[in-house]
Amino acid sequence: MKIGVCGSLESNDALITVKPSEKQEIVIKSIVYDFFHEQIEQVIKDTLKEVNKENLSVLCEDKGALDYTIKSRLLTAIKRMEEK
Amino acid sequence: MKNILGREVPQGFKAFNGSSEYKKVQFNRISKKKTSDGVIMLDSYADLFDKLGITDGMTLSFHHHLRNGDYVLDEVCKEIKKRDLKNMGFAPSSIFPNYSSMVELIENGNITSISTDYANGPVAAAISNGKLKDLFVMYTHGGRPVAIESGDLRIDVAILAVPTVDKNGNGTGEIGKSACGSLGYAVSDLMYADKVVLVTDNLVDSIEEPFLDGKYVDYVLKVDAIGDPAGIVSGTTKITKDPVGLKIARLAAAALDKIGLIKDGVSMQTGAGGTSLAVASFVKKMMQERGIKGSFASGGITGYFTDMLEEGLFDELYDVQCFDLSAVQSIAKNKNHHGMSGSRYASCFDDNVVDKLDFVILGATEIDLDFNVNVTTDSHGLIMGGSGGHSDTAHGAFVTVITTNLIKSRMPIIKEKVTTVTTPGEDVDILVTERGIAVNPKRQDILDKLSKSGLPVCTIEELLEKAYEITGTPSKPVQSKEPVGVVVYRDGTVIDTIYKI
Repeated sequence: MKIGVCGSLESNDALITVKPSEKQEIVIKSIVYDFFHEQIEQVIKDTLKEVNKENLSVLCEDKGALDYTIKSRLLTAIKRMEEK
Repeated sequence: MKNILGREVPQGFKAFNGSSEYKKVQFNRISKKKTSDGVIMLDSYADLFDKLGITDGMTLSFHHHLRNGDYVLDEVCKEIKKRDLKNMGFAPSSIFPNYSSMVELIENGNITSISTDYANGPVAAAISNGKLKDLFVMYTHGGRPVAIESGDLRIDVAILAVPTVDKNGNGTGEIGKSACGSLGYAVSDLMYADKVVLVTDNLVDSIEEPFLDGKYVDYVLKVDAIGDPAGIVSGTTKITKDPVGLKIARLAAAALDKIGLIKDGVSMQTGAGGTSLAVASFVKKMMQERGIKGSFASGGITGYFTDMLEEGLFDELYDVQCFDLSAVQSIAKNKNHHGMSGSRYASCFDDNVVDKLDFVILGATEIDLDFNVNVTTDSHGLIMGGSGGHSDTAHGAFVTVITTNLIKSRMPIIKEKVTTVTTPGEDVDILVTERGIAVNPKRQDILDKLSKSGLPVCTIEELLEKAYEITGTPSKPVQSKEPVGVVVYRDGTVIDTIYKI
């Protein structure tokens, strides 16, 4: 199975794991879930759309990362998945 | 009923009506405990329970000077469990993560009421989850002595861990294998509990300058160890290396200077956190460069302040609690490093030290647009701290400075409304973040001095906007309406309610 991982579980970062999937699946675990889960989901969806990879399974384990961090971790995770 | 800040006050409690209202109150102390003629030696915790007749419904008190190394509270919990005593009250001055044996007793109804000044770890989480039968009562370090001395908090038996005790029941924390330095938070318990037991692992013939007076002591229990030295004091407390923390500290020190507080005779207090100590280090540098000599520093004392004392930068240290090994060593050897009681430190009805402070540097878990500060719960409402001396020093000091990052792990520290009010905004003067300094509009005198200083001064609303630009606007989770505790202000009134999560 091809997977791609990027990031860390340090404060202000996120660990993102992606793998191919029949349909889009996004799972978010976040220390700020109650306050920001909609925004985190939005940045993931927007990023997937931007690179035209909408059918992916994305696990985002977030430790308070800002949107640009989540986006860059996701992009690199996808790149790593495709390199395998 | 709501208090002056619009916060809910449960029935049976008085409502907070302003931080200076205590001045209108006639404070009546209950009489001190009967003095005893000589002490009775105990040989085990079981013996302690038997001889003192500890039974269902009694309130036991403890101090937290052995912090995460304390064994005594755990041993008492074991004895309660063995005897299956019910409806006990616990009144430790703080609750640390290693007090976890309380959790089972709370769940089984052995412990049904608890009061303290600070709570962190599994006990705090159990209370937040609604496991405690009665409302959890959170005092301040100055308010707890007030509650004890007024009779609001009645203690049947004070069980006090004391590193060295003599045959007459005199005690000190300065020496012994479990030395912890000052025993400030044990003093009101000693003088006002019905019965007092000292638990020690170092019994000596006599103590030259005891901190605790043996005339109040009824029993002494000698055990192998009252605590684990590694947990009693943290090895060292260090200045932050984080560039953001250092920037905040530099701004805070510069602000204090521009206000004109860095002068001969200055008195100050900071917490033991890395950013607070960094502020102290920048203040220290200014004092050295300009040959300034301060009058005193107070509070929980760290090696950073004992160094300044030994260097002659302060005349005196007033120490209610030693935070590290250097402080423990200093209080034992330096004549001008004084232990003090919680009451002398911060009681609004005592001739206290906090009222004489020029400035205090404090932290915040949240601060709101009215400058109210929360250090009691996190933004979910989970109990993870408490005032300690936060609201006492904020009221007492001439200038109260809050230092904090604007954002921590995506959470803006500034809120429209804090989740829980610990310290009222009327006592908070300056907020220093890495992206600017906000001054409470109530302190026009400070604003006048800082607005012409070249420092990045803005409004707290502007700081909130800056935070939201970076993080996005957080959604507001729905809070439960089921109360689990109250935040009691230093005068005994309720400043806020804590809810179940």
